Amino acid sequence: MEDIIQKTSKEEIKPPVVSVGVIGWIKANLFNGWFNSALTIVTLFFLWKTVPPFFRWAFIDSVWNTTGQVCRDAGGACWSIISSNFRFILFGFYPYDLQWRPLLAMIILFVLLFFSQNRKLWKKPLVYAWIAGLFIMGLLLRGGLFGLDPVESTQWGGVPLTLLLSVFGLTAAYPLGVVLALGRQSKMRAVKTLCIVYIELIRGVPLISLLFMSSIIFPLLLPEGLTINKILRAQVAIIMFTAAYIAEVVRGGLQGMSRGQYEAAESIGLNYYQTMRLVILPQALKIVIPPTVSQLISAFKDTSLVVIIALYDLLKTTQTVLSNPEWMGFSKEAYVFVAILYFLGCFSMSNYSRKLEKELSRGD
Amino acid sequence: MDTESSVTTEQTLSDEAIIEIIDMHKWFGDFHVLQGINLTVHKQERIVICGPSGSGKSTLIRCINRLEEHQRGRIVVDGIELTNNIKNIEKVRTEVGMVFQHFNLFPHLSIIENLTLGPIWVRKVPKKEAEEIAMYYLEKVHIAEQAKKYPGQLSGGQQQRVAIARSLCMNPKVMLFDEPTSALDPEMIKEVLDVMIELAREGMTMIVVSHEMGFAKSVAHRVLFMDFGQIVEGNTPEEFFENPQHDRTKLFLSQILH
Amino acid sequence: MVGLLGYYLVSNTLHNLEKQSIATGFGFIHQESSFEIGESLIDYSAASSYGRALIVGALNTLYVSFIGIVITVILGTFIGVARLSTNWLVSRLAAIFIEVMQNIPVLLQLFFWYAIFYETLPSPRQALNPIAGVFLCNRGVAFTVPKTHPAHAYMAIAFLAGCIIVYLVRRWAKKRQERTGQLFPVFRVSMGLLLGLPLLTWWMAGAPTELNMPKLVGFNFIGGLNFSPEFIALLLGLVLYTAAFVAEAVRAGIQSVSKGQTEAAMSLGLRPPMVLNLVILPQALRVIIPPLTSQMLSLTKNSSLAVAIGFPDFVSVANTTINQTGQAVEGVALIMLVYLFFSLLTSAFMNWYNKKMALVER
Repeated sequence: MEDIIQKTSKEEIKPPVVSVGVIGWIKANLFNGWFNSALTIVTLFFLWKTVPPFFRWAFIDSVWNTTGQVCRDAGGACWSIISSNFRFILFGFYPYDLQWRPLLAMIILFVLLFFSQNRKLWKKPLVYAWIAGLFIMGLLLRGGLFGLDPVESTQWGGVPLTLLLSVFGLTAAYPLGVVLALGRQSKMRAVKTLCIVYIELIRGVPLISLLFMSSIIFPLLLPEGLTINKILRAQVAIIMFTAAYIAEVVRGGLQGMSRGQYEAAESIGLNYYQTMRLVILPQALKIVIPPTVSQLISAFKDTSLVVIIALYDLLKTTQTVLSNPEWMGFSKEAYVFVAILYFLGCFSMSNYSRKLEKELSRGD
Repeated sequence: MDTESSVTTEQTLSDEAIIEIIDMHKWFGDFHVLQGINLTVHKQERIVICGPSGSGKSTLIRCINRLEEHQRGRIVVDGIELTNNIKNIEKVRTEVGMVFQHFNLFPHLSIIENLTLGPIWVRKVPKKEAEEIAMYYLEKVHIAEQAKKYPGQLSGGQQQRVAIARSLCMNPKVMLFDEPTSALDPEMIKEVLDVMIELAREGMTMIVVSHEMGFAKSVAHRVLFMDFGQIVEGNTPEEFFENPQHDRTKLFLSQILH
Repeated sequence: MVGLLGYYLVSNTLHNLEKQSIATGFGFIHQESSFEIGESLIDYSAASSYGRALIVGALNTLYVSFIGIVITVILGTFIGVARLSTNWLVSRLAAIFIEVMQNIPVLLQLFFWYAIFYETLPSPRQALNPIAGVFLCNRGVAFTVPKTHPAHAYMAIAFLAGCIIVYLVRRWAKKRQERTGQLFPVFRVSMGLLLGLPLLTWWMAGAPTELNMPKLVGFNFIGGLNFSPEFIALLLGLVLYTAAFVAEAVRAGIQSVSKGQTEAAMSLGLRPPMVLNLVILPQALRVIIPPLTSQMLSLTKNSSLAVAIGFPDFVSVANTTINQTGQAVEGVALIMLVYLFFSLLTSAFMNWYNKKMALVER
């Protein structure tokens, strides 16, 4: 019956001042309601008590490039422990003059990682680049060919060792994990049982027990006279450990595949291997990329455990510096530095994983 | 829509207003989503609101049961004004029932538990009585046999009917519907609309945001067109569809009724 | 084929062990251990057997894991909820905590906290006294506790009695609500009973207020409740690290409940506490419990890192045993068996829980 027309007034009515702009934001986010206001005040007080003293310790009173004695006299943070021992912390016992080689190897790794970020480049050339890259990295570290002086693996240490254990660990663990996951689904009783036992056993025990096992027990398994070097033992333990977790991740992906895919492949006449290689695995593995990256991050953090079996990874080189009488007592600074390195590595990987998840759920 | 099920709008509407919205404005940050809404809803009146997406239709009815807060103007429901007073808000919510586009049934409870939740915990009704009320409404929406099942086991149309019954168990004075059939497969839309028509027949005050024009024609007292946060036009269904007054209305109708 | 490989490895092992004159078998369990263990929940000395030493280690693992899990769940829930707070400051701080703690290896965190103890904290003579009765120094943390008194036993009994009464009250209140619809303030009454009954007992027993305060005697604190730096560092490292993951699980669980659920519940007129209890929590917990359980298991496994800072957990003790007896195979096997036991227990629980709680779908 009636027309209800709203005459749009020419001058726009503005929303109440208290709900927009900076004031609006502060009101909505920090002080909405008495509980939140009280919380904000308590939190600000807590921050005021802790942050300025920390800044004073870390930056204002700190010393950056001096000897240990000066550090002890000063009151603030002693960052000199890092600046003076920089190369040892990063490279361990690797011969001083030849340290450009592990540095180059790390640069190659970072370049490869950088390019691998872009999913559009995930094709055959990238895989070949990785294989070549890994080979070159190993060569650079080891030497012995092409006029490079050989460097025994006992001298490898620091960041290159950490990266080596993580990268080779994951690259070897991934195919093994996929095989285990497929084996777990197999119809052959023996294979299935073997895989389940392996996966549940490894996942149920702490990594340290595997490291102990590999460093103490492996030598016993071998005939006399044959020895494996320490790094290889640790590497094998890390590979075995990571593979079990990857297997579970892949299993999740395989379970997400519909029966229709298997049936379609069968009807085209593909056999088991072809079905897996061409139809099932490409899809299943794509689905579980985010949890896989999460496994990589875990593997990276777990390499720090080799400290316990006295391998000179980044954590152990730091501790070695700390046992030097000149630099004793500055554990905080040293550990904070190492923590920052690990944090940068893990954070960039987890950020990438989140970005990837968003992309994949959008369906690009 | 079949004319036999058209609920006549000849029954005289009482003059009693049950909802009054006076010069209501709402902003989302800087975005003026509702601009100067004036609306009076009488007892037993049935209103259908249509309009393009983003016009503020859903926001408008969500302001009525305070799922959204308005910044200017007044909203009065059954004599209770909606302000920051929590007691009033809760009183209003028990008298206003809402049916959502995505049903929002509680998946961890059985159908009958979904329905008895409100009566038991809000109206403090004993369990047996609550279950009797629940079964009564389940029968009304023709779904009594599913009482012990869980929402995950029902189809979309069944779930929405349960959602309607769940709101009815609270004995509301007004029912709000926010695009109740938009998330349904076509073959299930009719079963839900039929339930809504029966509800209308029994004299429930209803405000429905929907694109189902057939429903509007057969059941509504008034059809309102909203655009850019304003109620552009409102009229009886006949007048609205035959003689749209504004260009925006005409454009919208031409897009909907092809 | 696998069998042949196994046989080859075993024979090698036996041969090598023989060469190094290392015994095989678990006979060493009865031998005297001749090493001390820093802290133990049961009596132990260097004259006790290896078997007993291992039990001490296992108990220590359980002890630190249990306390760690309880604190982690509380802290993690708190931070997870804080992450979702509408207060920008609180939610940002929670986010920073989660990001930082998750991305630093737990072993590094353990070393850091341990270093704080022996480098930063002062000697007992100059111990820090942040709150009355609590002392921090490089020999550990000492708490003031009430002096042991028979009243405590009665209070414990009163608490248990309270628990039983609360259970009965809840059942009665539920039946009453079903019958008449009336709500009974169960929560408040429960709290009153659980707090009030022990308090009443305490008062009736003469209200003993004597405290057992740690006193500086010579170079250390005697009395009160003492925790070693190893224990505290292990606990801190484990708790802070795992709480970050628990916080994420809690956050994901709460966010998994769609906003429409809250809206539907509120449209029915339910009050926020009711909405939380009846609609949100049941659904959120389904999503939270599985990852929470695996975090609890992860904490237990990570407690094995105690070997790196000298806390005598099971792995620590087993390691010493291996070093002394040379029987690495048995030692490592024992370690794996013990942890495997915990893992399988947890898996079984999770499977049972998931089956029970699965939402019924078509």
